[in-house]
Amino acid sequence: MPTLKINGEEKSFDAPEDMPLLWVLRDILALTGTKFGCGIAQCGACTVHLDGKPVRSCLLAIGTVGNRAVTTIEGVGATQAGARVQKAWLDLEVIQCGYCQSGQIMSAAALLAVNRNPTDVDIDAAMAGNICRCGTYVRIRDAIKRAASEA
Amino acid sequence: MREWTNFSQGVSRRHVVKAGLASGLVLALHLPLRAANEPEQMPDNTAGQFAPNAFIRIDHSGKTTLVMPQVEMGQGVYTAVAMILAEELDADFGQVVLEHAPPSDKLYANPIFGIQVTGNSNSIRAFWKPLRVAGAAARAMLVHAAAAQWQVDPASCSAAGGKVKHDSSGRVAAYGDLADAAGALPVPKDPPLKDPKDFTLIGKPVKRLDTPNKTDGKVVYAIDAMLPAMKFATLAQSPVLGGKVAHVDDSDAKKIPGVRQIVVLDDLVAVVGDHFWAAKSGLDAIDVTWDEGANANVNSTDIWNALRAASRTDGVVAKSVGDVEKGLTEGNRVDAEYELPFLAHATMEPQNCTVALTPGACEIWTGTQVATRVQSVAAQAAGLPLDKVTVHNHLIGGGFGRRLEADMVASAVRIAKQVDGPVKVIWTREEDMQHDVYRPAYRDVISASLTDGKVVAWKYKVSGSSIMARWLPPAFQNGIDIDAVDSAVDMAYDIPNLQVRYVRAEPPGVVTGFWRGVGPNNNVFATECFMDELARKAGKDPVEFRRTMLDTNPRLKAALDLVAEKADWGKPLPARVGRGVCVQPSFGSFIATVVEAEVDEFGEVHLRRVTSAVDTGIAVNPDTIVAQLQGGLVFGLTAALYGEVVIAKGRVLQSNFNDYRMLRIDQVPKIDVHVIKSGEDPGGMGETGATAGPPALRNAIYAATGIALRRLPIDRQALAVKRA
Repeated sequence: MPTLKINGEEKSFDAPEDMPLLWVLRDILALTGTKFGCGIAQCGACTVHLDGKPVRSCLLAIGTVGNRAVTTIEGVGATQAGARVQKAWLDLEVIQCGYCQSGQIMSAAALLAVNRNPTDVDIDAAMAGNICRCGTYVRIRDAIKRAASEA
Repeated sequence: MREWTNFSQGVSRRHVVKAGLASGLVLALHLPLRAANEPEQMPDNTAGQFAPNAFIRIDHSGKTTLVMPQVEMGQGVYTAVAMILAEELDADFGQVVLEHAPPSDKLYANPIFGIQVTGNSNSIRAFWKPLRVAGAAARAMLVHAAAAQWQVDPASCSAAGGKVKHDSSGRVAAYGDLADAAGALPVPKDPPLKDPKDFTLIGKPVKRLDTPNKTDGKVVYAIDAMLPAMKFATLAQSPVLGGKVAHVDDSDAKKIPGVRQIVVLDDLVAVVGDHFWAAKSGLDAIDVTWDEGANANVNSTDIWNALRAASRTDGVVAKSVGDVEKGLTEGNRVDAEYELPFLAHATMEPQNCTVALTPGACEIWTGTQVATRVQSVAAQAAGLPLDKVTVHNHLIGGGFGRRLEADMVASAVRIAKQVDGPVKVIWTREEDMQHDVYRPAYRDVISASLTDGKVVAWKYKVSGSSIMARWLPPAFQNGIDIDAVDSAVDMAYDIPNLQVRYVRAEPPGVVTGFWRGVGPNNNVFATECFMDELARKAGKDPVEFRRTMLDTNPRLKAALDLVAEKADWGKPLPARVGRGVCVQPSFGSFIATVVEAEVDEFGEVHLRRVTSAVDTGIAVNPDTIVAQLQGGLVFGLTAALYGEVVIAKGRVLQSNFNDYRMLRIDQVPKIDVHVIKSGEDPGGMGETGATAGPPALRNAIYAATGIALRRLPIDRQALAVKRA
């Protein structure tokens, strides 16, 4: 039975090795904060962290996760960068429908964890994989800078 | 401001459009607890609470529940509606709790549509007065209850923060303690409303109530609904629009672990499994032969040719002022045609619906803009009376008009009828994109004549499919779709001779529906593109040209002047960089926008800067006004740069975000929005940016290159001076 470390807890479950992490999180573990958007790693709604690095969980077979720690939107607030990003997102009212924002926040938190003072170019590189259909990009950019400034 | 027309009582006037609805509950089994402001399940009754109307409930503890008649899909309406109610109620805003309204046209009909719909950017316009009256009536009853208790004149009492105070004696009573006494009083029909100068909430930047749970995964969209023993399904409809299932070979699919059942209906195949992944893997393994039916040879080329032919017919006159034919013979005549493509909605939350069906009842978990329609569609599909269908509505992961439809509910119920126990049906992104209800393709034929640098005659003809004829037949009368001519019959400029015509032309096989911006999306585009061409013909600056024709539209003129100033209109720019302007009177808001863009040698377009000025009347929650314009502009610019759904052999060619592209953060520049202070009643906002972006961008390209594009999306080849 596969076991993964998710948000600091060991979770065992019954699922095939080739099943994408997204569906284990959502449909087996009921961690529904991670979203399904496209299924082909084009939109970023399913972004989670593996050992702090952002990955698209919709194409990530659980058999390839190994011992790496999985962090989802439900757990990212326990990290410094995650908490700062969540706060900045509310301070600047980034969010509209919110469906993509789990993925946006995960990508932004991963960026800030390795880059204390990201430039516009850094932000573009880190965030261009995340689509927001409501068009909140301007505020995402500002909120990342706000979160960085409060570090 | 426009008149509000209740379409359930017949329509004689334009103006209305689009829709959606609100209702529901969020089921929380298996799910994290929701925060205080996340909508809760509607109680079965209001016993023991002060419930003076459909929107307000106050219990003995003082807990104030506000029922949301309009659905939240990101536009901020839950916060704005709560602000309006709480303003007149003098509630303690920090303590209010929100609830989705259940399906009920009787209690929660949108006053403009006559049914329960969220759409046409009209939530605040439609509910502004009714919500204020609801709040003020409740407040008056609470004040009277307190005054009676104290045996004083109600006029000597005041209310604030959920309490009534007798000013001279200093006595105070909390709303919760007054609930029973207030509930026994008659509801005043015409309670006094606050003078806007006394507003304490409206007009102040208030933090959104729906967003805290959207930062930590706690929010529950319909796609997150979880029920005990639920199964998961995904479906395939015929790739050829309207086709039927001919033969299914499911032998490989059945071997896939976790696949529980294959459901074959006349028009779709669904796989039911232990989780979505099993269902999707099963669907991929199924070999379906489709009876392609009548649409097997439908393609975009033929659809365009038919639409062009239709656009050369006379159509029906939707508006006529002066003598347009005579006017066209005088002055300098200019003609042009504009074409806009089919578009998909591509909401980030794919279509989904969860159904729990038992012999006597049907429960639905979905996110919809049209709750009562969902209820009736589910009842019909389930073969149950309406009152046996419960609809749990949810916060929506993007509506844009797609969730004004109930097709995803009908198919989910039909699948559920074949399945033991509850089932969640989720569409793949590909299914979502290839079985959308598409924004109509439009063709606009315009002729105008210029005299002394002004337009003296304007003949405008819009051709396309009618959404209203299908979606709200009372709004299609005398051959005119009132949505399709919106912002054409009431265009912004002073033109003495004007005629608007409408030609209905239905494409074979393609069902069309409302898409953010609706009719104005087409009409503002064609009008504003042509205005730039006319300005050039007249030898005038595009801003100055427009200004001279806006004397009777001072709010729009003021917005134009402000945006010109803020966008540095007229300041020199490098080669192949241009500024384009757009003004629009749409949705009851007056907006002027300038896009600055660069066209590179390969014809690629780079956005440099976007500026808007908006007079939307009283800005209920000003930061939401800014956010809606910023986001809407990105939505519209995305369509202008990339959006086109193409049909070949009866199939939609686009399938996912790789071939139906979206603007991404690295392409989006600074977007500045300037909100003009106004005391007018509030206008609509949700769709305005989507309408403003495309013409402003196209006009920027025109300024940068001299090339007058007349179709969307932007044709890079036409703009290239070098080949990549």
